[in-house]
Amino acid sequence: MSAKEGDYYLPEPSGWPLVGSVGLFTTLGGFASYLHGASPMFMMLGIGILIYMMFGWFGTVIHENQHGLYNKQVDKSFRWGMVWFIFSEVLFFSAFFGALFYVRMFAVPWLGGADNNVYTHSILWPEFNAVWPLLTLPNSEGFDVASGVMDTWGLPFVNTIILLSSGATVTWAHWGLLKGNRNQLTMGLFLTVALGFTFVGLQAYEYVHAYHELNLKLSSGIYGSTFFMLTGFHGMHVTIGAIMLTVMLFRSMKGHFTAEHHFAFEAASWYWHFVDVVWLGLFIFVYWL
Amino acid sequence: MSTATAHDTAHDHHGPPAGLSRWLFTTNHKDIGTLYLWFSFTMLLIGGAMAMVIRAELFQPGMQIVDPNFFNQMTTLHGLIMVFGAIMPAFVGLANWLIPMMIGAPDMALPRMNNWSFWILPFAGTLLLSTLFMEGGGPNFGWTFYAPLSTTYGPESTDFFIFAVHLLGMSSIMGAINIIATILNMRAPGMTLMKMPLFVWTWLITAFLLIAAMPVLAGAVTMMLADRHFGTSFFNAAGGGDPILFQHVFWFFGHPEVYIMILPAFGIISQIVPTFSRKKLFGYSSMVYATASIAFLSFIVWAHHMYTVGMPVAGELFFMYATILISVPTGVKVFNWVATMWRGALTFEVPMLWALAFIFLFTLGGFSGLMLGVTPADTQYHDTYFVVAHFHYVLVAGALFSIIAAVYYWLPKWTGHMYDQTLAKIHFWWSVISVNILFFPMHFLGLAGMPRRIPDYAIQFAEFNQLASIGGFAFGLSQLLFLYILIKTIRGGEKATDKVWEKPEGLEWTVASPAPYHTFATPPQVK
Repeated sequence: MSAKEGDYYLPEPSGWPLVGSVGLFTTLGGFASYLHGASPMFMMLGIGILIYMMFGWFGTVIHENQHGLYNKQVDKSFRWGMVWFIFSEVLFFSAFFGALFYVRMFAVPWLGGADNNVYTHSILWPEFNAVWPLLTLPNSEGFDVASGVMDTWGLPFVNTIILLSSGATVTWAHWGLLKGNRNQLTMGLFLTVALGFTFVGLQAYEYVHAYHELNLKLSSGIYGSTFFMLTGFHGMHVTIGAIMLTVMLFRSMKGHFTAEHHFAFEAASWYWHFVDVVWLGLFIFVYWL
Repeated sequence: MSTATAHDTAHDHHGPPAGLSRWLFTTNHKDIGTLYLWFSFTMLLIGGAMAMVIRAELFQPGMQIVDPNFFNQMTTLHGLIMVFGAIMPAFVGLANWLIPMMIGAPDMALPRMNNWSFWILPFAGTLLLSTLFMEGGGPNFGWTFYAPLSTTYGPESTDFFIFAVHLLGMSSIMGAINIIATILNMRAPGMTLMKMPLFVWTWLITAFLLIAAMPVLAGAVTMMLADRHFGTSFFNAAGGGDPILFQHVFWFFGHPEVYIMILPAFGIISQIVPTFSRKKLFGYSSMVYATASIAFLSFIVWAHHMYTVGMPVAGELFFMYATILISVPTGVKVFNWVATMWRGALTFEVPMLWALAFIFLFTLGGFSGLMLGVTPADTQYHDTYFVVAHFHYVLVAGALFSIIAAVYYWLPKWTGHMYDQTLAKIHFWWSVISVNILFFPMHFLGLAGMPRRIPDYAIQFAEFNQLASIGGFAFGLSQLLFLYILIKTIRGGEKATDKVWEKPEGLEWTVASPAPYHTFATPPQVK
């Protein structure tokens, strides 16, 4: 089934990357035009092209894989690829976490006159009181002032339990795969996907609550900015991860993956653990402390 | 052992498909390397044309050719295009061509993604350049796009610029992932890490820097976009944010970025100097460790770009000491190159000339960097032409010269033809003299207090500006000669031998010239 050792699979010329480039260009160019009043059609078209590209490209890879063209060395290239991709995602999140830490440790206290910033405080906004979570802004003109923040031990805590359990169920599915127990694999994946989408649903509910009852919005000053940016990008990544795991669920039901050969499953579960860990950071630094 | 393919037709025995589709759909590292290099050269000429506009406007005091807003667009796009369009893609192109051949691999680890990394670039470049033709003009806030110039006061086209940066970042990250996977997974048997050519080593570390730095830039422009359109206040003090936060996030990317553009250059020089000294590289392992140290330090020095924003003194001191520390591993490198040449049988072929110019001029740029790294001194030099002189010495006489050196070193291997060495020497002397006429006077201008990024200046700066402009036009013109030499070599010329040079080291010299479409389908044994 598997290719000979020493045979590194070199793919034939492929049109998918170019389709992907056109898709990215149309999506982002369309998004920028939409921000300036154009119709969102171009952006939608671009997203459509990207989805088409993903079906085509991933489909090709799965096809090649099922036909045994990949040997161990190719598998290892994919693994390194996924590891470094996740590493780049970690750094993407760290930009936003960095912004949060900087604002909480420096920017907001300084606006309140901390360290040697007495004049900053007295000249700019002498009435400003530096507290976190920051609800009363230095100058709230043009901002939506929030009346409160999310209760840590309500929904966010429930979501923490959900996401941590989903990390456990995906590992349980992996054990099933390694033992050759297909039911455990499928069942574990199904539970993980269900928990993942439940999490996303609860996050959406939380956003509605924040927007309508607390008036906590992206435009509520720096607290709202960091809160929605961090949890929003995390939610997006959970959604992507859940879609990846859904694909794995369908593939496992079709009989793909063996105990030795299941890179795609592992990549999706690594990604899942990554969004899990990011959530722990969010729970501690955004909701709790 | 042969290379497996999806079809029964043997992939490794036929050449490339004909026509445009070869370049659009290629998965071959040599084709993709060529695409990168030509893209980079095109961008060099476009960015260079913008520099010519800048130097023409600054030829004499007063406003003559362009209006100030357009001048600002030129400085902004010149910087962005040279950094993201010319220098970085050139190094990735060299990596594509050389790394698989240097480590004895049949191709890059992820060939289809390799194609995508490249083919994002022309789209990103189009998006970026299209801003010039939009209402309100292109980005005009400098290549560092500080908030609030780029948020509250940015022109409409800023959003297109933001997405162009996103695309450039994706391309770089995918390219870097591919390079790491190739180096870690595709080395021929016996090619241990500490046997790898230094160009491969420096690229391994550069790729790590790219994967760590580019996502942070993506975060910065994403926050910019949100501040512009979604009402957030990351960089707005009225909402509790801070415009200085932008500078921190930007330079956390920006400083590693500086080393992304110079570490591969160190690798190139470390390949060329031993060949023309006919000696082994002095201090190979110390070169590796020095590169890694520079990479580590690059993440803890970012605020030396921000000495005048009003940081706490403890911060200024920390960033100053960390910055000055970089001169230690950099000094190790320069020492090693000089020690390699010491008592060597030196000859001065074209690549060696460029490498020597690199060592001299990069070191000069390093020294002015040392001056800028000292906080109290920087308070004087900040945002003057001294800074412009500094980073053009390291990026033009440094990074760009190393790229040209690399092209002259490996071009016979790529094309199978030796170039016209007399013309190439004219190109060298023309460039090296004009580049100094162009940038050296900028040191004096900066020390005398001329600010950067202005279209007009006080009368006492006139002579040095005129001199710099003359050097600039001459330097610009000399690169057209380079283009001519390249085209002439590709189309024909004296046949190059497989070794090309007298005694070059490395696997790439063991294959034929020009290098066959597929090399090392069977991995070589490295002793």
